[in-house]
Amino acid sequence: MLYLKGLVVELGGRTIIKGVDLSLGDGELALLLGPNGSGKSTLLHAIVGDPRYRVASGSIVFEGKELTGLKMEERVRLGLGLSFQFPPRLKGIRLRHLMLRILEKRGLRGTEAEDALEEYSRLLRMESLLDKDFNVGFSGGEAKRAELMLTLAQKPRLLLLDEPDSGVDVENLGVIGPAILHYVSSNGGAAILITHTGYIARHVKASGAYVLLDGRIVCSGNPEEIVSNIMQHGFEACEECRRARR
Amino acid sequence: MNLEDARRILKPKAEKALAKPAPHGLDLALSGFKLETGFGTSVEGSEKTLESVGIDLRERNRSGSYYQVDNRAVYSSARQGGLTVKPLNEALRNPENLDYYWKAVPVDTDKYTAAAFLGEKEGYFIRVDDGVDVATPVQACLLLKTPGLIQAPHNIVVVGENAGVHVITGCAAMREEAGLHIGVSEFYVKKGGTLTFTMIHSWSKAVHVRPRTVVRVEEGGVFISHYINTSPVSSLQTYPVAHLDGRGSRAHLSSIIMGRGASQIDVGGALELNSPGCSGEIMSRTIGLDSSVTVARARVVGGAPSVKGHVECRGLLLSNESRIDAIPELEARVQDVQLTHEAAIGRIAEEELLYLVARGFTGEEAKSIIVRGFLQVELSGLPENLVKYLEGILDSLAASL
Repeated sequence: MLYLKGLVVELGGRTIIKGVDLSLGDGELALLLGPNGSGKSTLLHAIVGDPRYRVASGSIVFEGKELTGLKMEERVRLGLGLSFQFPPRLKGIRLRHLMLRILEKRGLRGTEAEDALEEYSRLLRMESLLDKDFNVGFSGGEAKRAELMLTLAQKPRLLLLDEPDSGVDVENLGVIGPAILHYVSSNGGAAILITHTGYIARHVKASGAYVLLDGRIVCSGNPEEIVSNIMQHGFEACEECRRARR
Repeated sequence: MNLEDARRILKPKAEKALAKPAPHGLDLALSGFKLETGFGTSVEGSEKTLESVGIDLRERNRSGSYYQVDNRAVYSSARQGGLTVKPLNEALRNPENLDYYWKAVPVDTDKYTAAAFLGEKEGYFIRVDDGVDVATPVQACLLLKTPGLIQAPHNIVVVGENAGVHVITGCAAMREEAGLHIGVSEFYVKKGGTLTFTMIHSWSKAVHVRPRTVVRVEEGGVFISHYINTSPVSSLQTYPVAHLDGRGSRAHLSSIIMGRGASQIDVGGALELNSPGCSGEIMSRTIGLDSSVTVARARVVGGAPSVKGHVECRGLLLSNESRIDAIPELEARVQDVQLTHEAAIGRIAEEELLYLVARGFTGEEAKSIIVRGFLQVELSGLPENLVKYLEGILDSLAASL
């Protein structure tokens, strides 16, 4: 479904991603781990085509199509959905309105749209927040649930999830994790999920994991092993592992 | 005292003020316009335009109506006991009603009120008797048809003790030719009464607009005003003043101004919190398009203890040629007042646009969603179907950009 080959990405003139190869098949969910500043968010924004990030070289192939020349609008239309780590607050725009507009883009109207809205808001326990302005006064967990709800409502083929679990308590994790798992397993899409902590790994049944250090993937493989190693030894262990392999 | 006596007393004051410019806005030479009755005699053929400013000629969900074309009253109706809706001249035959005649708005406010008084033709008179709650809105339509005319309706609304009414005023011009609209409005809200006033303007690019509104609110009374200006004007200047005279009275003034074309707009509002426990807020949303210039003023005066006032002026520039000035003012005359303001003018945030594009919207859709969010003001105190109607207007304004 997704192939990255020798991807180099710049942000504000600085090279952040320094040659990444990655492949993801249908139905797979890959964890992307790495310390702050290693380039995880940059990688996801570059895949979705955020114009603030510039692909200097390499390629991004999604379902057989080269994406690097396409605008974000076109990539989203092809089925990419990025869940932001820090979505903006949108004053005056109610969550309900935003959801209905997104569902409308998918061709759902009237009662069909209302039913879908009810289903998504139940899945992510957002019923009581639908008439609030998007992200205005939301708690950490509410903001993450709202962002995931909007992303899932787009029904993307490829879910790019930027830290859906950061700053989220156990209870919220128990809502967010299963929602992601349910989505990927029932829609046949794929997902890349950035996480710092790995706690969410227990909920989502990852098929693979990648560790990003300083813009390069230094390790990939069995998610349980990688997560438990990082939990025990931190990312320094990955650094050592990389040095040892050189 | 009868109407002639009242006018005789006021006349010298008005004559002296005929050259007095308004403190704000473009100064107009009145000699360029004539204050005559005009040739318009009916609202027929204007259904669509009137619908766009909140007027339903079939009077569905309306308790009463008043239609004025140019300076002629062409229709009025009241369908509820305790509610009076009449042309002003008819109402003023009752000497009791002279108590409200040029009592809130001084005739010598400026040259526009003076000219309106001296050439006075017509306007609406709405009265709600004590204790009467008028369930559905009363609508007033002021249509300008004759080119070169001064349309100067003089409107009076009296809300009795513990009474309540919603008034919708829709104003529109049927032609692209020059004209001047001077609407003098005097509103009186008695003890415990509630007046909500919704005004929608759809003038044209050659029309000058000078509404002159003063509101007096007694103890525990509530005045809520929502103003929406949707279309280009040559110039528009208004500065309604609400005097909260009675204890615990409240006011809420909101305005949504679309600066289109080469409009020169100066819209403000003032709250005078004259009695203990009064509170109120002024909210404005201004959008700068094309080469429009808009000044958004708001002033709250705390003149009694334990009053609370807030001003919120927001501007959104959508064109490099347009300009918005926000001028919030607060004045405290006694201790123990709580007056606050916030003002912000900006462009659409790139971050918000990109976010919405990532959510699957086109750049244009993203922009209109953000603009709609900007235009969202609290439409408090209005009946549900009126809120829906106004939200529909805001939706189409946002989508039209």
